[in-house]
Order: sequence, then structure tokens, then C-alpha cells
Amino acid sequence: MTPDFLTVTIERGPDRQDRFEVPAYDNQTVLDVVSWVQQNADPTLSYRFACRVGMCGSCAMMVNGVPRWTCRTHISKVLDGNAVTIGPLRNLPVIKDLAVDMDPFFDKWVAAEGVHHGALTRDDPIAPIEAESAARVEANAAIECINCSVCYAACDTVAGNPDYLGPAALQRAWTLLNDVKDEGRTAILDAVSGTGGCHNCHSMGSCTAYCPNELDPMSAIAGLKRETAKSFFRRGR
Amino acid sequence: MLGLRLYMLQRITALLMAPLVLGHLAVMIYAIQGGLSAAEILGRTQGSILWFLFYGVFVVAVAIHGAIGLRVIAFEWGGMKGAVLNLFTWAVGIGLLTLGARAVWAVTFA
Repeated sequence: MTPDFLTVTIERGPDRQDRFEVPAYDNQTVLDVVSWVQQNADPTLSYRFACRVGMCGSCAMMVNGVPRWTCRTHISKVLDGNAVTIGPLRNLPVIKDLAVDMDPFFDKWVAAEGVHHGALTRDDPIAPIEAESAARVEANAAIECINCSVCYAACDTVAGNPDYLGPAALQRAWTLLNDVKDEGRTAILDAVSGTGGCHNCHSMGSCTAYCPNELDPMSAIAGLKRETAKSFFRRGR
Repeated sequence: MLGLRLYMLQRITALLMAPLVLGHLAVMIYAIQGGLSAAEILGRTQGSILWFLFYGVFVVAVAIHGAIGLRVIAFEWGGMKGAVLNLFTWAVGIGLLTLGARAVWAVTFA
């Protein structure tokens, strides 16, 4: 039985929590609830969304302390009685209300060498890719990452170590390391071996537990640890 | 706060310590059969290059491994950073090494 009203607490800063009574419907996502508040109760509420179908990665928030895509989370799955608490993503600076500054997240993506290191030009023939090769299978495992930062918000190592590159960026580095089209092997291994690199991961696994796309950044980071260790014995760094 | 070098040092010392811990536990169980006395221990260790190497390597590994582990905890939970963090790491490492090395020396060649 769905209650008539939901008690929605929205965290709007370190010392401010606003409570709203939101009408309950049979089909209602967390994003619908936030939108109802903004459209009917408090037009000054700031939040971010775009696609509403789990493709764009912009609506992630903390829902009852857990990072989630609000557009793909049915409110009935997270209600505590008839109450829910919604806050901005953890581990990122808050711009206003539920909108966080994603810059540190994207900066680390680049710092982990999450960029294409190409060697061919447009005049070269297209290189054939062995779709079933072990490296390609590893690379494919994480290409569905949409940069929503849920894993980054879930990571306790990021919380304790602001320099840590975080699960998403390191998983991207692992993808590129296994991509035969990418020539950045040395650059990637160096980038993930610094003071904020993959070796800070404690394998607590929150990234893998909370990834809405069911990706496995923890195993990707373990792969980076293995490759950097091999490279350490081979070339001494 | 853990680059590749510190990570590798901690993993390599862990690999070293695994058999040493097992050896240490096995000798403890063997040694307490029928009571335990300082004379019995010293009788085994004094002048023994083997026990000096066994516990000498153990102490060096513990000092390195422990210092790096406590460094991470001091940084992530204690908010220690920069020169203070480095000083803390070295102090723990040298402290453990001094305590352990004195003990090893005392029961072997002192």
C-alpha cells in the first residue's frame, strides 16, 4: 500500500535540511520526487538531470546515504517507512543544493591518462581487432561507463585521500591499457603509479557494489596493480 | 599517499614475512613443550648465525612493512601529510628497527 504523502528531506548544505511533503504515486522515481519539489514547492531547489533513462550520468545523488542514479531508482525501493533523504553526491564540492562540481572527477580522469593515445593517422588502414582476444574482453568490460561518479562518491578511499584518482578514472586507464588501438602504455602505467594512483585502493569494493551499470572497477584496479608490479620488476619503476 | 615504490616495498616485505611468521609460530609451539626458560631460548639462539639471520630479516621486514602501513592510516584517518607524514614514517620504521635489532643482537651475539 503506497502512502498518500512522502516525507522528503533534502540536504541543502552542511547545516540546512529542508523537509517536504510530496504526493505519492504508484510509479515514481527519486528524480520525479526531486522534480515535484522543484516545480511545486521550492523553485529555488537546484539539481541536475538530462536524459531520465540512465544514459547521461548527470542525475546521481545520495539517496538515504547511498549513491544512486535518481532517474533509475524507484522511490518504493528506497523508502524508509514513507521517508527518504536526498543529498548531493559525496566526495565532490557542492555548487548548490543537489548539484555538485564534477571538475575534480573529470580532472582525475585525464590525470589517469584516460585519453586516447593514438599512433595511426587517417591515411592508415583500419587496424583489425581480434574481438575475442583476452585483452579485448578486458577492455570491453568497462566501456559502458558513463562517468556518473557514483563509484567515486561510494569510495571510502577517495573520502580519506583527496589525491586518489578514484575508481572510474583508474578503470578507464585499465580499459585503455588493454586496448590494442591505444599506444599509451608507459604513460598510463606511470600515471596510475603516483601518490594518488591505483596502489592506494584498499579493495573495499564499494565502487563495484554501487555501480549502476554493474561494472567492476575494483577488479580493473587490481589489474592495474598487477601490471604496474610486473613493470616494476621489468623496468624498475 | 602510496606510490608504486612504497606499495612494492610493503608487498615484498609481506611475502618475506609470511614464511617467517609460520616459522616463528612453529618454533614457539615446539619451544614451550615441557616448560619455557630463558636459558633454553638463549641456548638455542646464542652464537647462531641462522637465528640471527632469521630474526634479523624478520625485524627489517616488520620495520618497513609496519612503517608504510601506519603511514597510510596516519594520512587517511589522521590527516597527516607532507614532511610531517614522511617524518612519522621514518620515525616508526627506525623505531621498530632499533627495538627489534637490539633484541635480536641481545639473544644472538651480545
